[in-house]
Amino acid sequence: MTTTEDLTTSLRTILEKYDTSRDNLIPLLQDIQEHLDYLAPEAVSLVAEHLDLSENDVYGVATFYAQFRFHPPGRHRIKICQGTACHVRGGGMVLDAISRKIGIVPGETTPDGNISLERVACFGSCALPPVMVVDDTVYGRMTPRKSEKLIEDLE
Amino acid sequence: MNFADIQQQASRNWERFQSGETPRILVGAATCGRAAGAMEVIRAFREAQAADPTLLPVEIQEVGCLGMCFAEPLVEIRGPKGDRVLYESVTPAMVPDLVQEHLRQGRPISRNALCRMPDGQQGEIRDEIPLFTDLPMIHHQLRVVVRNCGFIDPSDIDHYIARGGYSGIARAMEMGPDAVIEDVKLSGLRGRGGAGFPTGLKWGFARKAQGDVKYVICNADEGDPGAFMDRSVLEGDPHAVLEGLLIAGYAVGANHGYVYCRAEYPLALERLRAAIDQMRNKGFLGENILGFGFAFDVTIKMGAGAFVCGEETSLMQSIEGRRGMPRSRPPFPANAGLFGKPTNINNVETLAAVSAILEKGGAWYAGIGTEKSKGTKTFSLAGKISRTGLIEVPMGISLRTIIEDIGGGVLDGKGFKAVQTGGPSGGCVSAEHYDLPVDYEHLAQVGSIMGSGGMIVIDEESCMVDVAKYFLGFTENESCGKCVPCRMGTQHLLRLLTGITGGQGSEDDLETIRKIGDTMKKASLCGLGQTAPNPALTTLDAFMDEYLAHIRDHKCPAGVCKDLISFSIDPEACTGCMACAKVCPVEAITGTKKQPHAIDPQTCIRCGACRQACKFGAVRVE
Ligand SMILES: Cc1cc2nc3c(=O)[nH]c(=O)nc-3n(C[C@H](O)[C@H](O)[C@H](O)COP(=O)(O)O)c2cc1C
Ligand code: SF4
Ligand code: SF4
Ligand code: SF4
Ligand code: FES
Repeated sequence: MTTTEDLTTSLRTILEKYDTSRDNLIPLLQDIQEHLDYLAPEAVSLVAEHLDLSENDVYGVATFYAQFRFHPPGRHRIKICQGTACHVRGGGMVLDAISRKIGIVPGETTPDGNISLERVACFGSCALPPVMVVDDTVYGRMTPRKSEKLIEDLE
Repeated sequence: MNFADIQQQASRNWERFQSGETPRILVGAATCGRAAGAMEVIRAFREAQAADPTLLPVEIQEVGCLGMCFAEPLVEIRGPKGDRVLYESVTPAMVPDLVQEHLRQGRPISRNALCRMPDGQQGEIRDEIPLFTDLPMIHHQLRVVVRNCGFIDPSDIDHYIARGGYSGIARAMEMGPDAVIEDVKLSGLRGRGGAGFPTGLKWGFARKAQGDVKYVICNADEGDPGAFMDRSVLEGDPHAVLEGLLIAGYAVGANHGYVYCRAEYPLALERLRAAIDQMRNKGFLGENILGFGFAFDVTIKMGAGAFVCGEETSLMQSIEGRRGMPRSRPPFPANAGLFGKPTNINNVETLAAVSAILEKGGAWYAGIGTEKSKGTKTFSLAGKISRTGLIEVPMGISLRTIIEDIGGGVLDGKGFKAVQTGGPSGGCVSAEHYDLPVDYEHLAQVGSIMGSGGMIVIDEESCMVDVAKYFLGFTENESCGKCVPCRMGTQHLLRLLTGITGGQGSEDDLETIRKIGDTMKKASLCGLGQTAPNPALTTLDAFMDEYLAHIRDHKCPAGVCKDLISFSIDPEACTGCMACAKVCPVEAITGTKKQPHAIDPQTCIRCGACRQACKFGAVRVE
């Protein structure tokens, strides 16, 4: 676990890379989330201070976009495509199967913090449906069974 | 270095790449290839190489997508005798044979060969392997936008230059901005981002706009689910797009460009970043490009997961660091866009076409396609179709040719019902229009649109009410909520469609859907709300009987809507192969080998997996 002080120091290093103009807001939040995996309240405060915006303003922008999270995700992130091509070829079945298997619905993280589950509206791999992404690896041509097998190995 | 020197050096590198001197392995490693396992295949080749030093001169390279995604992973091997063969569905287990037979002995293996690649030497190629250009999927295509995808190493700028790249910007700067705009007008190119607005005309507006600072933007948001044309081009040939942006900047008088690319495309972003670095090194970006006194630079902005940010005014808000909410027009971006300055925004495919047009001339491009829809269009073929992938065809080709000849027809020989074009703002074209020429005008005539080029094939086992509900679920979720007709309209339509698929609809609902839809079209602020009702309205027109079956008979004829169906097994047709029991997620199917199976309706969650798995059509749905 990092202490608040560590957190502040590491955030400051990120902030230093950006000048204080507003159009840096989204890139900054993306950069921070890349490092922390989510937007901690401390991070939002520091960003607001750096860009001379109100915290409200920063939250207002951050909550608009699907990419930003305000809680730490699980150690493994499973994203299942619910785009059109995946939908007509059984993406819903894959999502249901995983959901049943790990006992959470999309948007949640398992109580042990191991896996979080998300539904995503298209990875652009629509030619190989249904598509599922485990951490950063894209898997095409999934079936409920194959997807269950994939997550059995996740520690 | 002047451009001629740059070209010469690039040609030398390209010739080395093309010549048979060094055996090569080219692996299609775009996102689709990777999803099918391309990286494991590359690893297997590297291991084989490490294990056998005599193979060391072999070069292993990643290339983009050839468009035949259904056959991924695709590996091209150029053997010691110069023959070039493309293998399909390659697995790590196949690697030792490929190495031994083709790479060492120069004997291509015909079993997994999809085709011979163009420009291959004669070698010992066997006649049973067809030529790339004779493949039914490739035969009808015409590659302009994807001219290099899958053929070049996208991380090597020399490959792009050697195949004619950057001669478009060089020619543009010799012609001068006004002549460039005239040439683009002559080409007849219309924006490929959805609306189809003439590109040359748009550039003219931005050029005329007053202002010392102007911007050009490449819209690489590609939020349409089911569309992946832009991704493929960015991953397979990023320079084609960046050169187009450079030309746009030169033509309208902008010195700064942005590429707004969605975060869900990490590989495309990586390729873009690398390509921009190479452009800087070669002098295609900076203060005095190729010595013509034109200054230009590019910044990449990553999207953050909002479909509406593909809309141009919303996209600019997003670059400025705000919520991506559309605003009303006028003022148009050409006069007051990004940071309030004159701005020109174009789609990825539009820009990739522009670089080809400036290379070969507007008249050349205008010679392709139909009267009012010039040139070629890329489509992503997906859904219930045999050969899924990315294609590029001349405008005016028939829907039947696309689906039957190129796409290999409907998956598993099922009946064709409709094709959904244009994404969430599009519509469904039903079987009666199978011979429709595909261009802007004809698609509009049958109530659909070209959109950005997604084509989702729908077969008899898909429910059209469910498809409409699916799209409304998407737009309801993605509506930015700024204006009432869209915010409330999408919610209301979704509620009505959900009711109908649940067996609780009434015939009055259909009238209500039409009324709400018409209001949304007229009163919504941006294209999202104006087009969101289209999937409902077009399916209502073409598939009324399906809606009525849900409402009057509480039946889903396609067997999709869970509340209205039940599954059973026909004991006559069942062979007892057990395939269904294996896939059932809740173990609702019982039976022993070679005996008819049965479904316990209490346990069954109506997921349909057994029906998909049964090769004998024994699973019945009612
Ligand atoms: C809701 C919505 C989403 C859009 N998404 C995209 C997109 O992802 N990519 C794109 O190029 N255009 C998109 N557009 C169209 C753009 O607003 C704009 O028309 C286009 O980028 C102009 O480029 P073009 O003239 O080259 O087509 C979208 C429009 C709307 C209304
Ligand atoms: S039409 Fe929809 S997405 Fe567009 S501005 Fe209105 S609420 Fe937002
Ligand atoms: S898959 Fe079909 S044929 Fe095989 S056991 Fe099941 S119902 Fe019978
Ligand atoms: S529909 Fe799904 S749950 Fe029901 S029997 Fe078939 S596979 Fe099992
Ligand atoms: S619809 Fe699933 S990847 Fe596009």
